[in-house]
Amino acid sequence: MMKQRVIIVGASHAGAQLASSLRQGGWQGNILMIGDEPGAPYQRPPLSKGYLSGCEDSEHLLIRPAEMYARHGVELLSGHCVKVVDRAARQVLLESGKRFDYDMLALCTGARVRRLEVPGVDLPGVHYLRTLADVDAIRAGLAPGCRVVIVGGGYIGLESAAALCKRGVEVAVLEVQSRVLARVTAPQVSAFYQRIHAEAGVVIHTNWSVAAIEGEERVTAVVGADGRRLPADMVIVGIGVMPNVELASQCGLKVGDGIWVDEFAATEDPDIYAAGDCTNHPNRLLGRRVRLESVPNAMEQAKSAAASICGRRQCYDAYPWFWSDQYDLKLQIAGLSEGYDRVVLRGDADTGRSFVAWYLRGDRLLAADCINRPKEFMVAKQLLAGALPVSVERLADESLDPKLFLKTEKN
Amino acid sequence: MPIIHYIEPNGAEYEIDVPVGHTVMQGAVDNMIDGILAECGGVCSCATCHCYVDEAWFERVGEPQGAEKMMLEMVVAPEPTSRLSCQIRVAEELDGLVVRLPSSQY
Repeated sequence: MMKQRVIIVGASHAGAQLASSLRQGGWQGNILMIGDEPGAPYQRPPLSKGYLSGCEDSEHLLIRPAEMYARHGVELLSGHCVKVVDRAARQVLLESGKRFDYDMLALCTGARVRRLEVPGVDLPGVHYLRTLADVDAIRAGLAPGCRVVIVGGGYIGLESAAALCKRGVEVAVLEVQSRVLARVTAPQVSAFYQRIHAEAGVVIHTNWSVAAIEGEERVTAVVGADGRRLPADMVIVGIGVMPNVELASQCGLKVGDGIWVDEFAATEDPDIYAAGDCTNHPNRLLGRRVRLESVPNAMEQAKSAAASICGRRQCYDAYPWFWSDQYDLKLQIAGLSEGYDRVVLRGDADTGRSFVAWYLRGDRLLAADCINRPKEFMVAKQLLAGALPVSVERLADESLDPKLFLKTEKN
Repeated sequence: MPIIHYIEPNGAEYEIDVPVGHTVMQGAVDNMIDGILAECGGVCSCATCHCYVDEAWFERVGEPQGAEKMMLEMVVAPEPTSRLSCQIRVAEELDGLVVRLPSSQY
């Protein structure tokens, strides 16, 4: 049989894992990975954490050294943007005009930042935070004592605030909702993070809607919808991301909120798979379709896609989980809390730095936010994966080893 | 450069040169050994880089501490020599280290 070629579009977490899992899965043909950023695939999570604070260097970010791809027969074409997928010709066309034939195609196109649409947003000193280049620009623009205003009190905004504190700059966070992390956590968790950031010297403004960014040659202030004005030497916008679905939609593949795939990471075209932030997949454990923005999702879905390409069936069937490091706090999140009707706390969120917020709907556990509680996090994952029954009293009872939650309710 | 031996559950064995200062996890990921997932990239948040340190080496590698220890209690099939490989830093003294990989990371 002729050697066949897989093209992976996107030198991302998903792309890097797909390449690795194809080789591990016995794929004998060519693998070509095309990425629009310079260099080899790197870890994105540290960009708003250790890399921003200056604790890590860029070499440390690489998922694996660039030469390891070649050593495993993976050709890496970085700094090239795929413009068109021609399904009839089974080719991808690059912006540079180059064409490559594929036998199998994997779309790992990821997501891009949501833009803030207000006057002045293009001024120098206004940044987004998604890529290594973004953070290099932020790092280069920082000076001791400078005033940084972060737009968006989500995880990216709060992690950035924590990282920037280490660099001796003044940090303010603007959140349009009445509390930070409003979309993803309970009020108790929001209040906890607002307290922690205040203790660190970060000023958090809630109910703050940005109307304009001011400045002549570069940013000097952020102006609120109510006319309030905050002086700023730098603005970092972290208001979410959008899936990169254009390549898929242009070639006629189904897209909704993300590229439509099944539980094997397959699109409607039997020769095209997709994985990562760009996809929308049916999750059996959740009982609905979701689009997830997380590294575990990217990696595990990529493994399913690789298995499919190698001719095996490996269902992507995992509970979502996430993590966020801020200051000395390790937040590990199991599940999705959306739709909860009750929150149970284990530990002291008001004064301490370690607790769990369990999210339930009726008697069913939906998710857990575990702050400096690694053991509870591991237990929560198992409770969710096994759809095990829980008791509210026991979840809150600090005298019980969380391990016992996995046993029947009798002991 | 120290050599680390990784043994997959199916018996497949890899001998990998891992630079001093790198972690045992990174050595596996660099070389596309899929038995180690390392979803969190090495910050001790996911417990998907679980390995069993060969008994003969365990004392030199050392006991898990803190968050690692708590997460290891709850991994699939923990053993007395379980470690998270992102927390094992390769040093000259670990030249020849043998680690076995579990059949599942979750």
